[in-house]
Amino acid sequence: MSGVAMPAFAPIAPEIVLAAAACVVLVVEVYGRSTDLTYRLSQASLVLTALVLALNFPEDAIVAFSGTFIADPMAGVLKLATLVIGWFLFFYLHAHLRARSRARGEHFILGLFALLGMMVLVSAANLLTVYLGLELLSLSLYAMVALDRDSPVAAEAAMKYFVLGALASGMLLYGMSMVYGATGTLELAGIGAAAQDGTDLILVLGLVFVVTGIAFKLGAAPFHMWIPDVYEGAETPVTMFVGTAPKLAAFAMAVRLLADGLWGLHGEWQDMLVVLAVLSIGIGNVIAIAQANLKRMLAYSTIAHMGFLFLGIIPGTGEGFAAAMFYVIVYAVMALGAFGMIVVLSREGFEADRIDDFRGLNERSPWQAFLMLVLMLSMAGVPPFVGFWAKWSVLREVVAAGFVWLAVVAVVFSVVGLFYYLRIVKLMYFDEPDDEPPLSVASPLRLVISVNALSVLVVGLFPGALLGWCLAALTGG
Amino acid sequence: MFSDFPFLSLVIWVPILGGVWVLLLGEENRARNARFAALVVSLVTFLVSIPLYAGFDGGTAAMQFVEKAPWIPAFRIHYHLGVDGISMPLVLLTTFTTVLVVVAGQETIRHRASQYMASFLILEGLMVGAFSALDAILFYVFWEALLVPMFLIIGIWGGENRVYATIKFFLYTFLGSVLMLVAFLYLYAEAGSFEILDFHAVRLSLPAQIFIFLAFLAAFAVKVPMWPVHTWLPDAHVEAPTGGSVVLAAIMLKLGAYGFFRFSLPIAPDASSELDWLMIALSLIAIVYIGFVALVQPDMKKLIAYSSISHMGFATLGVFIAFTLLETPDGRTSAIMGLEGALVQLVSHGFISGALFLCVGVMYDRLHSRRIADYGGVANTMPVFASFMMLFALANSGLPGTSGFVGEFLVILGSFQANVWIALLAGLTLILGAAYTLWMYKRVVFGEVANEGVAGLSDLNPREVIVLGALAAAVLLIGLWPAPLLEVMGPSVEHLLDHVSRTKQ
Repeated sequence: MSGVAMPAFAPIAPEIVLAAAACVVLVVEVYGRSTDLTYRLSQASLVLTALVLALNFPEDAIVAFSGTFIADPMAGVLKLATLVIGWFLFFYLHAHLRARSRARGEHFILGLFALLGMMVLVSAANLLTVYLGLELLSLSLYAMVALDRDSPVAAEAAMKYFVLGALASGMLLYGMSMVYGATGTLELAGIGAAAQDGTDLILVLGLVFVVTGIAFKLGAAPFHMWIPDVYEGAETPVTMFVGTAPKLAAFAMAVRLLADGLWGLHGEWQDMLVVLAVLSIGIGNVIAIAQANLKRMLAYSTIAHMGFLFLGIIPGTGEGFAAAMFYVIVYAVMALGAFGMIVVLSREGFEADRIDDFRGLNERSPWQAFLMLVLMLSMAGVPPFVGFWAKWSVLREVVAAGFVWLAVVAVVFSVVGLFYYLRIVKLMYFDEPDDEPPLSVASPLRLVISVNALSVLVVGLFPGALLGWCLAALTGG
Repeated sequence: MFSDFPFLSLVIWVPILGGVWVLLLGEENRARNARFAALVVSLVTFLVSIPLYAGFDGGTAAMQFVEKAPWIPAFRIHYHLGVDGISMPLVLLTTFTTVLVVVAGQETIRHRASQYMASFLILEGLMVGAFSALDAILFYVFWEALLVPMFLIIGIWGGENRVYATIKFFLYTFLGSVLMLVAFLYLYAEAGSFEILDFHAVRLSLPAQIFIFLAFLAAFAVKVPMWPVHTWLPDAHVEAPTGGSVVLAAIMLKLGAYGFFRFSLPIAPDASSELDWLMIALSLIAIVYIGFVALVQPDMKKLIAYSSISHMGFATLGVFIAFTLLETPDGRTSAIMGLEGALVQLVSHGFISGALFLCVGVMYDRLHSRRIADYGGVANTMPVFASFMMLFALANSGLPGTSGFVGEFLVILGSFQANVWIALLAGLTLILGAAYTLWMYKRVVFGEVANEGVAGLSDLNPREVIVLGALAAAVLLIGLWPAPLLEVMGPSVEHLLDHVSRTKQ
């Protein structure tokens, strides 16, 4: 055995635990009788993984498995956030399925594998690992969208998601192959050292395809076409799965590929991201106004939010990445709450996904209306809610990098964005309900949605810890 | 002696937490409790704000009652509060007006009373926070957050066209504010801190100052509101419930003018000096043109709303005439006069416009109409009310002996030193103001009893007498003896003037 060093397992321990737990849950689901058990075990796996991660929290960057895997503070923060968001996702998913008495275990198993994919992607230090994590994540999600097999809309959404997602993966892969061709290595660190020449045509072409792939996965305009259809067609908790945690992983992918791998081409990708950001913020906010379906509206709002996320990446500084990371975590929590509110208002045979379903909510349930108010205003970026700090962070970095005009464009479009969020508030508070019964929400669900929405308020009042944490993770201070 | 105790925090958080408490008391059978609780909270807030005046050291321009604690250490953002002679009177105006609004709403608000009261209390805390914040980001948080309760107040308890009015209000003010946010972020990049006092000290080139000034102008001009971005105000006022109109006119508009004092002038003095012609022109247009617009309004609330815009034009004129005066020999005294006049105008207009909106509210509660044409001869059935309204109408036209006179007189006096023509145009307001206010008063109050509705009116009840009486006392007090107010402001205004007369380039 001499000559073959044992690889260091500690950095990858959380992934190993999650993968093993997912396999156990799979076996239990096959032989077990109760979906509740599958659900509980899935939640326990997430908690266990989070514990292992917290105990092994990477203080410095550790590269393991021959340069394919990196555990650094950024990965630690993002994974922990992913697992916490995953816990909420499973909770909403379970509440949704149980209310329709068709609770099945597949959702949770696919969910666990999707989360595993996200964790691998977050820690990828090699183009192959990037692709491995991305596909594990994406394939699980395609299947999840398709699981609602009696619904033609969901089938259509799954098909679109799959075809466009595969196209995006293809583009990314194509770009990666060019980068490999130009630099002769798959390791991001090696690529970073080799890719310094912005006039190398193959490298620049590779970069174009890589950025396209990232924009596809994040859903930035003009590569956003799949988002509204998938968001609307999928079941609400599945939409939530597509729209929250994967954004964290995609953000990590963007930072790893662009900052670690293709740093030498910062000037080139900066220009591309500026265009993507302006288009996303503009198109997302303007088209969202015309939507009558809340899930479609949130889909377009996602596009706008991804534009803001790019604002943080554009400067290419540690502070900028920290701001973008803060943004993406905050966005995921807000989207979780907004889709969670649809789950809360829905019941068997009735999906509260039209904007009009929120009409007069203040009469039916003042508390739920207040929570939705918090979520909507937070998404719009109104202080003291945490969404304001997210926008504030990225705008601060954009201004510090000298792009004052970009900040002005972004804030002007955020006023457009405010309009459609306010429309929800208007419906809830200023209009009378149409013959809806008073809302009764099961107490665990009420508790979880309250925690979810109030965290937006509480972190908004005391944003220092999370802001400081993100900053420390990316600047080492 | 008082300075160690966190009075400012109390004045901010007592109403906010009290508002949450009122909200938790709930609707239905406990709405009475909620209303009473709101009254208690607003009174307690007013009481804890009194030491801000009693313990205020009028001999210094430094910030007082300072509190400073780290809030977001990573970006050196502090929970930093403090008041000087410019902001302290406005804080007291806020706490005083809120008590009146809560009292006035005790019986008239039936629909969702606890949410109504809670909105006003939370709004009060946020407004005090905006007046006393010394950290730009803290200021911005308060400044923006107070839009939310105001949005709900107009939208839930407003009149027919309330949704249009409130969304317009929110979007207009938000657009101005986000541009100010970009200016703050730019200043942070220059100064390395979000402290407002550090912003005052940072050196900036003239083009940068002009951009910052314009960004601030976008935020503050909308709030003041200045012509031509005033159009949200008549809509919002007309549709807001009485309490909402009072708070809008008495306090929220002051936030805009306060912004000029605290941000535009000291941060961008060269740009302010460079662009003072623009500001003076806009102010004069507001004073004269909007005065004519007010003349033809058929709706009482709209008339008072336009009159507010016109009067706020005086405040901005008083601020920016200072730069012309500084260029003249011995202009300093006149410039101080102009600035002080602007500040007095803010406080006085808070009382007068609040009182006039309450008067309209008194009539609206009885007849559910704001149209001047629906009234006539009110004096016959409501003599006590008619005398109160007479006082406020005269104060609104700037009668000597009322608070309305002091501010306008100081500003016109200052303007005379600068330019006779500006003073002449500004002086037109004494005619115009008297014309539209007194003409409205004549049509509503005097003459024959117009219809059966008016014939059946009952005079003020004790609650209304208390509210209007308190305002009448304030209007007369400042009118007859403005010295205490001016003394409190003096050092801060002089300090501000010294600061702006030095170039920052």
